[in-house]
Amino acid sequence: MHRMLLHLLILCVAWLWSPSPAIAVTVEDQTSSLAAELRCPVCQNLSVADSPSEMANQMRDLVREKLKNGESPDQIRAYFVSRYGEWILLAPKRQGFNWVAWLLPFGAILAGAGAIGWVVGRGTARRRSRQKEALPPLDPRYAGRLEAELEEWGR
Amino acid sequence: MATWKKLIVPAIILPVLLLLAYGFKTDPRQVPSPLVNRPAPPFSLRAFDGGSASLEQLQGKPVVLNFWASWCFPACYEEAPALEAAWQAYRDRGVMVIGVDIQDRDADARAFLERFKLTFPNGPDLQGKVSIDYGVYGVPETFFIRRDGTIHYKHVGALTKQVLQSKIEEML
Repeated sequence: MHRMLLHLLILCVAWLWSPSPAIAVTVEDQTSSLAAELRCPVCQNLSVADSPSEMANQMRDLVREKLKNGESPDQIRAYFVSRYGEWILLAPKRQGFNWVAWLLPFGAILAGAGAIGWVVGRGTARRRSRQKEALPPLDPRYAGRLEAELEEWGR
Repeated sequence: MATWKKLIVPAIILPVLLLLAYGFKTDPRQVPSPLVNRPAPPFSLRAFDGGSASLEQLQGKPVVLNFWASWCFPACYEEAPALEAAWQAYRDRGVMVIGVDIQDRDADARAFLERFKLTFPNGPDLQGKVSIDYGVYGVPETFFIRRDGTIHYKHVGALTKQVLQSKIEEML
């Protein structure tokens, strides 16, 4: 049980640390994967890749143009952050206070699993001890009779 | 055991409450521009009247750079007269007012200029490069650029005469 939790934790951390989306090959792929990381400024919770708005269109064009000019995805991300602030990134950077947003869900899952394990474990332990208490030592008279009847029945 | 149990509930609830308090204290609509006090991004526009305007030409002058659109009703319609009035009042003291029309149709934009008799340079941002360079996420937004080319203040929403006057005076 503990080993499984440990493995889960290692997987989560490895996932968090892994460099973001697989290496896109074409400029078009790179454009859409970058656009998917940017928040469309004129929309409600839409990425630049998903929004049909004119502004998102212009942003996609700009990303494509910058890629064609040889800028790296990191440079382009940094450009948008320098203009709009970190707000433009749909996923907060993995640094400082932002780690709360990244780790809290996993922390909550682990705490929940721990709480369930603890409650279930306590419940079974209590039931087991109650069963023991519920069986007081048998009266010798009944014990003898039970033995005799069992023997009779068995024969 | 008993004290431990009494403590565990506040120990869980208190951080959650603090996190919520932090979240509610910040206004998600208020996005502070990282550009304030930084050098204003260079731009050049072809104006509707055929002229041109660029930040390079304006070095040494305080600039009021206003992003607008003819479909931006009512905020852009409210502030247009105030912008024209500020331009008239301060142009002799070297202040420059420039309008950038974003995501608009040419005819609609020209009708807007005609309606408010705007005489300061206005130009369309056809590919949106100027507005993205300035981190614009809606209209109207206005940047006040100091003589040294750094951004003094960013205003989101309709400008009033009072805001225009006080921010321009601060730059003079």
